[in-house]
Amino acid sequence: MSAAANTVSLASHLPVLQVAVPLIAAPIAFILGSLGAGESARRTSAEVCWWFTFAVSVAILAISGNLAATVMDGTVLSYELGGWAAPWGIEYRIDSVAAVALLIVSGINLITLLYAKHAVVREVPERIRGLFYTAWLLCVTGMLGICATGDIFNVFVFLEISSLSSYILISSGRDRLGLLAAYRYLILGTIGATFFLIGVGLLYGLTGTLNMADIATRLPALAGNQTLIVAFGFLAIGIAVKMALFPLHAWMPEAYTHAPSPVSALLAGTATKVAVYLMIRTMYTVFGVELAFDAMMLGVILITLSTVAVFFGSLAAIFQHNAKKIMAWSSVAQIGYMGIGAGLATVTGLTAAMLHMYNHALMKAALFMALGCLFWRIGSMQIDKLAGMGKRMPWTFSAFVLGGLSLIGVPLTAGFVSKWYLILGVLEQGWWWLAVLIVISSLMAVIYIAKLVETMWFREPAVDAPTGEAPLWLLLPTWALVILNFVFGIYTALPVGVARSAATALMGGN
Amino acid sequence: MGGLFNYWFVIVLMMLGFYIVMVSPNLVKKIMGLNIFQTSAFLLYISVGKISGGTAPILTDTTMPYSNPLPHVLILTAIVVGVATTALGLALVVRIHSSFGSINEDELLDDEDTYRDFEDPLDPALEEPTDR
Repeated sequence: MSAAANTVSLASHLPVLQVAVPLIAAPIAFILGSLGAGESARRTSAEVCWWFTFAVSVAILAISGNLAATVMDGTVLSYELGGWAAPWGIEYRIDSVAAVALLIVSGINLITLLYAKHAVVREVPERIRGLFYTAWLLCVTGMLGICATGDIFNVFVFLEISSLSSYILISSGRDRLGLLAAYRYLILGTIGATFFLIGVGLLYGLTGTLNMADIATRLPALAGNQTLIVAFGFLAIGIAVKMALFPLHAWMPEAYTHAPSPVSALLAGTATKVAVYLMIRTMYTVFGVELAFDAMMLGVILITLSTVAVFFGSLAAIFQHNAKKIMAWSSVAQIGYMGIGAGLATVTGLTAAMLHMYNHALMKAALFMALGCLFWRIGSMQIDKLAGMGKRMPWTFSAFVLGGLSLIGVPLTAGFVSKWYLILGVLEQGWWWLAVLIVISSLMAVIYIAKLVETMWFREPAVDAPTGEAPLWLLLPTWALVILNFVFGIYTALPVGVARSAATALMGGN
Repeated sequence: MGGLFNYWFVIVLMMLGFYIVMVSPNLVKKIMGLNIFQTSAFLLYISVGKISGGTAPILTDTTMPYSNPLPHVLILTAIVVGVATTALGLALVVRIHSSFGSINEDELLDDEDTYRDFEDPLDPALEEPTDR
């Protein structure tokens, strides 16, 4: 699949290949993974399965890199599935916003997959590893599909593909609480997706079309229509469940805590980001700024809920006793920052939201991977068991601290850049009090990171605590992400430029 | 109410399903509630596409009103998704039952000991770490 991408005719099919390649690869991974019968054969087939998934991941990263390079100058790629023209057929539409989201998903996917190869040894039973990689590929397919498609019903289908496979991934570990977490996520996720489906149905009833761009041209004439208001509400709530926006975040802390570490890193880095992308896409592209923000007052709702999310999430994180749960609650707070940026409905605010999507993917995946390294050695995420482990695992510990600095938003890290733009965007509106709240909430992040650092570095390890560093193949991907956090914290021109051009395009300017 | 009968029915079904999901402590019944909830969305789509007196959209020499076939096709997809969700949900319940010995949410949540036992996920079946 990667070999054939050179020819001209295939290059024009890249938008659909981005999604089709992992989709077709998933059943092949399942076949490869179920070939082995004996114990050693099973190990080999799981290995083969990983290498296959790895090759596919490299291919989709290459495709999304190629797509991003094509659309960065402002061109929009439109692909008609099966040759059916846009309003009737399904259209795949890659603009700079979609390209950024595709790059996040395929990039984080590749790094967490490298990490997964060794992390699964401890966390996923051997007999289901083939299925694990199959679900992994399907999950990535769904997330890529949401970003690539320009058809709103297609979004629902991909949303469910990624959700169903992430329920499987979350429950695939040895942690039995993962089952309950996955079940709860299944119930809430399905209700969210059904809300989205109802919203799409009402929109279709109003406009007679499912193509996002086509709906966007027809909606302004319908302003004030009661069905439109209902459709808007269903869509907004459905997406808010998926992005774990307060108060619909209940599924997330449990799910991220009890999933296997590579799954936590993958989902924390991509799933909520894709939902934020979907929120931005639906509200800005389909409904448009005027309708969504002036008529429906989305800005007030989004910013209020997001600000509460920031404080509630940080506060809950401070009081947890499980290191992974601290990070999961911190994600609830970080989603709030993206919500505030998206709710501002200005170019600077959107730039901040897009930047934070990208930067938070880097930092939170790095942090979950560092915690996974600790889990590999210790076998538990309880804070008491982590006491003193920083001295025994200096490389893991320093990766965690550096990732934590980025999460707090210390200068020279990626986290600083996005918070800087967020505060700029807020000040642009003259809301100095919101800027103060953002700074205060960052200080709360200092508390929960410091709590972990204190436990790991300043306490004495238990007598029977394990010694030794995590294996190199877990540390390398973790450090790769940590270094990226600093690279994009120092060389800010590229991410800021890309985010700004995407934000400008969303606001309707050039 | 005549013309809107379908929509009232959709709302009643939706609330019924939603209520079951929220109130029933039984994990299997919750899935069934979820099913009813989803079915209401299916009915909504079908109702949107129906024109009274409309026939199947078949090309004939005479023109006559026909029902929009697209919502039916969309809902076929959604039904497939719903079946997959139900199957996965029930499979999870089976595994929850074999792991925790209960499918009653109240028991699973209130029994603090059950929870604490599993807070540390190290399983006896866990493989020894292999250094590489």
